[in-house]
Amino acid sequence: MNPIIIIGTGLAGYTLAREFRKLDSTTPLTLITTDDGGFYSKPMLSSALSQNKSADQLMSQDAVAMANTLQATILAHSRVDSIDPAAHTLSLGNARMSYSKLVLALGATPRDPQLPGSAADRIMHVNTLADYRVFRDTIAGKKRIAIIGGGLIGCEFAHDLNSAGFEVHLLHPAAQVLNRLAPEDVAGWLTAKLGDIGVRMHTLTKVERVDEGPDNTLAVRFNNGEQLVVDAVLSAIGLVPQTALAEEAGLQTGHAITVDTTLATSVPDIYALGDCAAVNGLWLPYVQPIMQAARALAKTLAGTPTEVAYPAMPVIVKTPRCPVVITPPPHGSAGQWQGETTPEGINLTHQDTTGSTNGFALAGNATSRRQELLKGLSAWL
Amino acid sequence: MKVWQCIVCGFIYNEAEGLPEEGIAAGTRWEDIPVDWACPDCGVAKADFEMIEI
Repeated sequence: MNPIIIIGTGLAGYTLAREFRKLDSTTPLTLITTDDGGFYSKPMLSSALSQNKSADQLMSQDAVAMANTLQATILAHSRVDSIDPAAHTLSLGNARMSYSKLVLALGATPRDPQLPGSAADRIMHVNTLADYRVFRDTIAGKKRIAIIGGGLIGCEFAHDLNSAGFEVHLLHPAAQVLNRLAPEDVAGWLTAKLGDIGVRMHTLTKVERVDEGPDNTLAVRFNNGEQLVVDAVLSAIGLVPQTALAEEAGLQTGHAITVDTTLATSVPDIYALGDCAAVNGLWLPYVQPIMQAARALAKTLAGTPTEVAYPAMPVIVKTPRCPVVITPPPHGSAGQWQGETTPEGINLTHQDTTGSTNGFALAGNATSRRQELLKGLSAWL
Repeated sequence: MKVWQCIVCGFIYNEAEGLPEEGIAAGTRWEDIPVDWACPDCGVAKADFEMIEI
């Protein structure tokens, strides 16, 4: 029998494999990855520097251990070049492999800042454990770090690097960080608090170019003409789902690979989950949706077609000295935020046009209300 | 009193603090948490994965 093949060994690929093995211990399973296949906690990448964790410490099991645990074949450092859906095969270099079912767990790649300048190629990003290893090595013994982008990941890294003792400059084009995810009051609160703990906030600031500076530094030039000299630059301006392999194979894609609530793509026997996939149009590059999707898809692959259930899922911003939790209202939901702001925190709920609560945003000590508020929200899927 | 960490998402459970907002009193030992408890951040079931002692 041809194996079930999963492309990708990030949280999505490995969680799916683990959930599948709980239901089916015999069907051959193969995982293919371009990296070394080690398992690590992705969310910890943005909170591990202050805990002084090395990349090796963050890898809880290597590929050999994972293969043993999952009773699976793991092909590390291997790139799938193409998929032939009609023949149920894929090719890697000169090799061709047949699959019974194929799962795309390809993830997403950091958006390229596409900046000019002689040091543009020294701009780093951290989206994998391998990236983390390079970043941690590069900043060892250094002092000043500029972060481009004050979204979720940028804010978390700013907090973590600040905790680790670095001089952190957070550069963000809008007036408030986290402004795309958080309502204004919460975004403003986080912007102020990150400043209070010592992060140098450069809001309403666009980066124009990054050049080599003296003594191996980098000179970051802003659109207002100002220049900042730092030892390292980290870009955190968002993720782009990996869709190329799917597109070339003729699968339906948009911003991400299009899947229905059973995680099925537009082509028979090919599924997708995680940061590369949009489920019924919902692209949620967070841990909890991946866990939900992996559990449902494991059942489907084991023979019981199952739709994914998405309860309302909070986004927890890992900035422990200025905590923020947001459960955004469903996309495009009309309504308004209301609640209270105290010196200790912010407690907002979002009411839709019928007056029922369909989201919340909490900051500071109000984040303790998360579980209580979640219970009142309707499921998304 | 011990501290445990979810290997999937990094969530930390501190036995000394418990999780009062989830009805788990301060001082509740890991082994006394119900088997149907799930990580509040990522939803992984207690039985599904190891919480590592840190």
